[in-house]
Amino acid sequence: MDTFINLFTNGIATGMAVFLLAVGLSIIFGLMSVLNLSHGALFMWGAYVGAWIFGLTHNFLLAVLGAVFAGAVIGTILERVTISRVYGNHILQLLLTMGLMIVLGELIKVVWGPNILISPVPQILSGSWDFGGIILIKFRMFTIAVGLLVALAVYLLLKRTMLGIVVRAGVENPEMVQALGFDIRKVFTLVFALGAGLAALGGAIMGPLGGAISPSMGLDNQLLAFVVVVIGGLGSFVGSLAGALLVGLIGAFVAWFIPEAALAVNVLLMAVVLLLKPTGLFGGGGV
Amino acid sequence: MILQVADLHTYIGEFHILQGISLAVPEGGATVVLGRNGAGKTTVLRTIMGLLRPHSGEIRFAGQPIAGLPAHVIARRGLGYVPEDHGIFSGLTVEENLRLAMRGQQKEERLAGMLALFPELQAAWRKRAGSLSGGQKQMLAIGRVLLTESRLLLIDEPSKGLAPLIVEKVAQALNEIKKETTIVLVEQNFNLARTVGDFCSVIDDGRTVWSGGMSELAANGEILHRYLGIGRRSEKA
Repeated sequence: MDTFINLFTNGIATGMAVFLLAVGLSIIFGLMSVLNLSHGALFMWGAYVGAWIFGLTHNFLLAVLGAVFAGAVIGTILERVTISRVYGNHILQLLLTMGLMIVLGELIKVVWGPNILISPVPQILSGSWDFGGIILIKFRMFTIAVGLLVALAVYLLLKRTMLGIVVRAGVENPEMVQALGFDIRKVFTLVFALGAGLAALGGAIMGPLGGAISPSMGLDNQLLAFVVVVIGGLGSFVGSLAGALLVGLIGAFVAWFIPEAALAVNVLLMAVVLLLKPTGLFGGGGV
Repeated sequence: MILQVADLHTYIGEFHILQGISLAVPEGGATVVLGRNGAGKTTVLRTIMGLLRPHSGEIRFAGQPIAGLPAHVIARRGLGYVPEDHGIFSGLTVEENLRLAMRGQQKEERLAGMLALFPELQAAWRKRAGSLSGGQKQMLAIGRVLLTESRLLLIDEPSKGLAPLIVEKVAQALNEIKKETTIVLVEQNFNLARTVGDFCSVIDDGRTVWSGGMSELAANGEILHRYLGIGRRSEKA
């Protein structure tokens, strides 16, 4: 029972961190039709900036906020200066965002070095709770809580605000949104910055969750995020959440029995979903 | 004239679609743009609305040049657009579709006036727009553009795919709307065009070939036959 709960909470917590990465990726694709290969790099920058600020201040809240801010700023610059110039051209987008992924990854090495760094759990969130023999690790529960709060906030933003209505309408038909008087380019930039900020938040949390950060973590987690958005459906918020939890749980349970097969099983699941329902489990029905 | 288009040229990719369109739309009433399939009617509306960039030519709305401006700026200046496929957002509710268009101080009055014209939309308020019938979708599209405070509405083939009874309803609504707002209507259905239109421009192969009053066109068998395929059969047939 202990092992089951341990694997379950680990799977859900990892799924939540990947959800933070995947939800931005998914909505950016749905709205702007940009498959952003540099999204994982924003996740990684979040992890490094978070760990750096935490190292300086020992204030985890400040570290997380700083990481989100850095991610949103880098995302805004990337969108305005580079990606906005290649809208509508998927080949150029892939080449450009792949190049950005490499540049942002190399910059990490320049600033913080190529080696693995320790990303400690803050004192207040270290340790575990014992509920009559059921051990719950505090930082995992914190990650799940943050993931749920962000999911709720993104849901309310999309469903209850004018910006959310514009974004959902833009995912369906950006041209018509413009014809109704909205500057879709500004909406694109805002959504890109928001997606980048969420990715950085995911990175800032994934660091202490895994205990260490490295310049390869962007690519590793981006691969998981792609699996998530394909399974859930590109452009679908609900799909991102369901897909991330599924991928997190499968990863945790398979890794317990056959560690080498964890990623392979998730990729296999993605292939099966692609074959049976190419739009993903929740795709094709709007955000 | 509320809208003046002079010698408009537009390319889509390498194709020279509009090759010298000129239109003069007086304020008030409805001006219909007629032409065969592929004549360039939809391209005319999309270029005026800023959804396609003109290659050359002039477009003036209320005396101000608007050619080449982005669509959202043109929309904020007072042009409303209903595309051929309705342009409604299927995943959004009827209410959300309408909220996107509601602006200005008189938005509540406008909404009440629009719902009086299309009471079906009130009943479908919380339904997903994608679940509406073809006629309801058209009403939603037209109703939505009425909320935008536009002075000129560009409406592309509102009768497309609709049953004759629904087309009649759409015609009645357009006749009500044109009492207060100028309409430019692209239409293949000549009966609807004749019912709603006051003025008319006929285009063929991307050029304006005839302009005048709708009653003049209805009496001009030569133009009707040559450019719209209406009336007497051709000699070879």
